[in-house]
Amino acid sequence: MEKFTVLDGLVAPLDRANVDTDQIIPKQFLKSIKRSGFGVNLFDAWRYMDHGEPGMDHSRRPLNPDFVLNQARFRGATILLARKNFGCGSSREHASWALLDYGIRCVIAPSFADIFYNNCFKNGLLPVVLPEADVDRLFYECASFPGFRLIVNLEQQSVSTKDGGQTMRFEVDGFRKYCMLNGLDEIGLTLRHADKIRAFEASRREQFPWLFR
Amino acid sequence: MGQTLYDKLWNSHLVHQDEDGTALLYIDRHLVHEVTSPQAFEGLRLAGRKPWRTGSVVATADHNTPTTGWEQGIDGIRDAVSRLQVETLDANIRAYGAKAYFPFLDKRQGIVHVIGPEQGATLPGMTVVCGDSHTSTHGAFACLAFGIGTSEVEHVLATQCLVARKMKNMRVTVEGPLARGVTAKDVALALIGRIGTAGGSGHAIEYAGSTIRALSMEGRMTICNMTIEAGARCGMVAVDDSTVAYLKGRPFAPGGGEWDQALAYWRMLRSDPDASFDGEVALDARAIKPQVTWGTSPEMVVPVDDEVPDPDREKDPTRREDMERALAYMGLRPRTRITDIRLDKVFIGSCTNSRIEDLRAAAAVVRGKRVAPSVRLAMVVPGSGLVKAQAEKEGLDRVFRDAGFEWREPGCSMCLAMNADRLEPGERCAATSNRNFEGRQGDGGRTHLVSPAMAAAAAVSGHFVDVRNWR
Ligand code: SF4
Repeated sequence: MEKFTVLDGLVAPLDRANVDTDQIIPKQFLKSIKRSGFGVNLFDAWRYMDHGEPGMDHSRRPLNPDFVLNQARFRGATILLARKNFGCGSSREHASWALLDYGIRCVIAPSFADIFYNNCFKNGLLPVVLPEADVDRLFYECASFPGFRLIVNLEQQSVSTKDGGQTMRFEVDGFRKYCMLNGLDEIGLTLRHADKIRAFEASRREQFPWLFR
Repeated sequence: MGQTLYDKLWNSHLVHQDEDGTALLYIDRHLVHEVTSPQAFEGLRLAGRKPWRTGSVVATADHNTPTTGWEQGIDGIRDAVSRLQVETLDANIRAYGAKAYFPFLDKRQGIVHVIGPEQGATLPGMTVVCGDSHTSTHGAFACLAFGIGTSEVEHVLATQCLVARKMKNMRVTVEGPLARGVTAKDVALALIGRIGTAGGSGHAIEYAGSTIRALSMEGRMTICNMTIEAGARCGMVAVDDSTVAYLKGRPFAPGGGEWDQALAYWRMLRSDPDASFDGEVALDARAIKPQVTWGTSPEMVVPVDDEVPDPDREKDPTRREDMERALAYMGLRPRTRITDIRLDKVFIGSCTNSRIEDLRAAAAVVRGKRVAPSVRLAMVVPGSGLVKAQAEKEGLDRVFRDAGFEWREPGCSMCLAMNADRLEPGERCAATSNRNFEGRQGDGGRTHLVSPAMAAAAAVSGHFVDVRNWR
C-alpha cells in the first residue's frame, strides 16, 4: 500500500448524497481479475454519454460535459468532495481501486458507508469525515474559487485551506492511521500474532469440533 | 449487565485486542465467489503466502454465470471476460483446495448466500464472511456474518482473522401478525423506509419480536439480507426451534453426538433479557402493507396503495433534489398511483428472494393465470440448483411456464446484470432483488423492488396491484 502523509490537492465536488458503489464503478468492469485499470471507468455511467463495456477504447468515447470530473477546472483533482453516505451498496473494493487509479487520494464527506470506508484504508485512499456544515462550506468555496485546493495532513488529522485560513480536524482510528502513514501491509502485522491465532484455533477446535469437520 | 447476541458472538471470536479497541476476530466460515476473489488469491501468490485453513472455504461461481444454455458447458459463457473470471476461480480452488466447491454447472451451484445455509455450511455461533455485502443474510442463523472487501478476503485467506472494531448494538423489534400477502420483504423495505439507507451505519442489528419469531428461516434470511440496505453490515436473529429444525440433516450440519453438543451451545445464542442496546426501533407488523420502491435507493419506498411522492412537498433542498433526480431517472411523475405503474419486465430471483418459499409464494399467485401481454419478459431464477430441483418436484416450474414465465438456471442473474440478463435503457422492472440503484439491472433500467408475490401479481396484471386483494 502506498503511504499517505500530507496531500496538497485540487478538489472536485460531487454534489450528490448516497453515491453507491455501482455508480463509482459499474458492474461490467468487475469482471477484471486485476487490481488496476479501473480509473478510466470511474463513474462510467455519469462520465460518458454512451454505454461502456470492458475492452472498449475509452479515450474515444463521448464525454458528458456536465459531469464534474469532465470539466477542465477539475482536471488533475486528487481530492473528492462528496455528500453523506458515500460508497453505500455493494462491497466491491473495485470502487476504491477505481478512485485511486483515477488519481483520487482522499474523499471528504459527512459520512461513509461502513464497508467502503474500510476498503479505503486497505489501499491508501483516505476517507475524511467532516461535519455537514463544514462540507457545505467546502462545496460553496469549491464552486466559488477556481483552482480550490486543500491540504490534508494525516499525522495531524487536519484539513486546511491553502491560505491557512481554516483548519478542520477529523477523527481516524489509531491503527488505521499508523498503517496508512507507514504504508504497512496489514497481513504482515496480523501474522505477528500467528501463535495466538493458532492457540485460539486449537481451543476452538476442542470446544466446537463440528466447525472443523 | 447482560450481553446481546452480538456481544456473545464478538467475544467468542476475539483472538486479540489492542488497547485502542482494534481487534483480531477469528473467522469460521469463508464464502468465496468469482468476482471478489481473483485479486485476493493473486495477492497471496505474489506475497508467497499460503491459505491458513482452506477447510473454512466454501466456494461457488454465481455472479457471472448464465441462466440459459448450460448444455453448452463453459462455452455457454459468451463474454470472454466473464468466462476468464469463472475459470480463474476454478484454477484457484484447484490450486489451494476448499471444504466444498460448487462450480458452474454443478447440481448444487447457486447464489453463495442461498447455498451456504442450504448446505448447513452456515451454522449458529459462527463468524461468516464473504466478499459480498449481502453476507448479512447468514445472520438469520445467529451468526456474525458480514461482507468484506477483496483485501480482507486476502487477509482472511492468509490469517483466518480479520482486523475489526466492535460495532454498536441496535435492536429492531417487530410485533404482531402480518396481513395475508405481506411478507418478510415488506418488513425489510418498511424498515429501510423508516430508518433510511444509512440508518443502521456502525451498528449490528438484531431482529426480535413475535413477527420475526413467526417467520420461517427463509423469511428471516430475506430480512437479514436487506440489512445492508439499511446501512448495517450485519443483521441477526437468535436461535429457536425454527433454526434448529432447518439445520437438522443438512450435509455440513453436525451429526451424531455432536448434534446434541452443538444444540446445547446454540440454545445460548440469544441476547440476555437484561442486555441493553445502543439503538432501538419498533415496528408494528399490523401496519405494514406490501411495499414498492419508486426511486433509485431502497429507502425511496411507499405502500402499494399510496402514490409516488411529490418533491414539491419536501422541505429539505438536498432531499428534494435527490427525489427529482430519482423521478427523472425512473420516468415517473409525482403523485402517480403506484398501481398505475406499468411494467416491461418481471424478475423473480436474487439472494433476497429466490428460495423455495419465495417461489411457492409467487407460484400461488400465478397459478392458472397468464403473464400480461404487455410484459415483455417475466423470469424466475431459482437461487440454487437444489432450489430449482425442489421446485420442479413440486411442479412449480410448470405453473410458471404455463403462465408464460421463463424458468431459468440458478445464479445472480438480473439482480446485477453481470451476465446476459439485463434491462434495456428505459425498461421498467418489478424485481424481488435488493437494489434499485441507477443502472443496477442494466444501463438506464428502472427497478422497483417488491416481494415475490407482488412481482408475480404485477406480471399477471401488467402493473402493480395490491396482492392482499388477490384472488
Ligand atoms: S443475488 Fe444480487 S445481491 Fe445477491 S449476491 Fe448475487 S448479485 Fe449480490
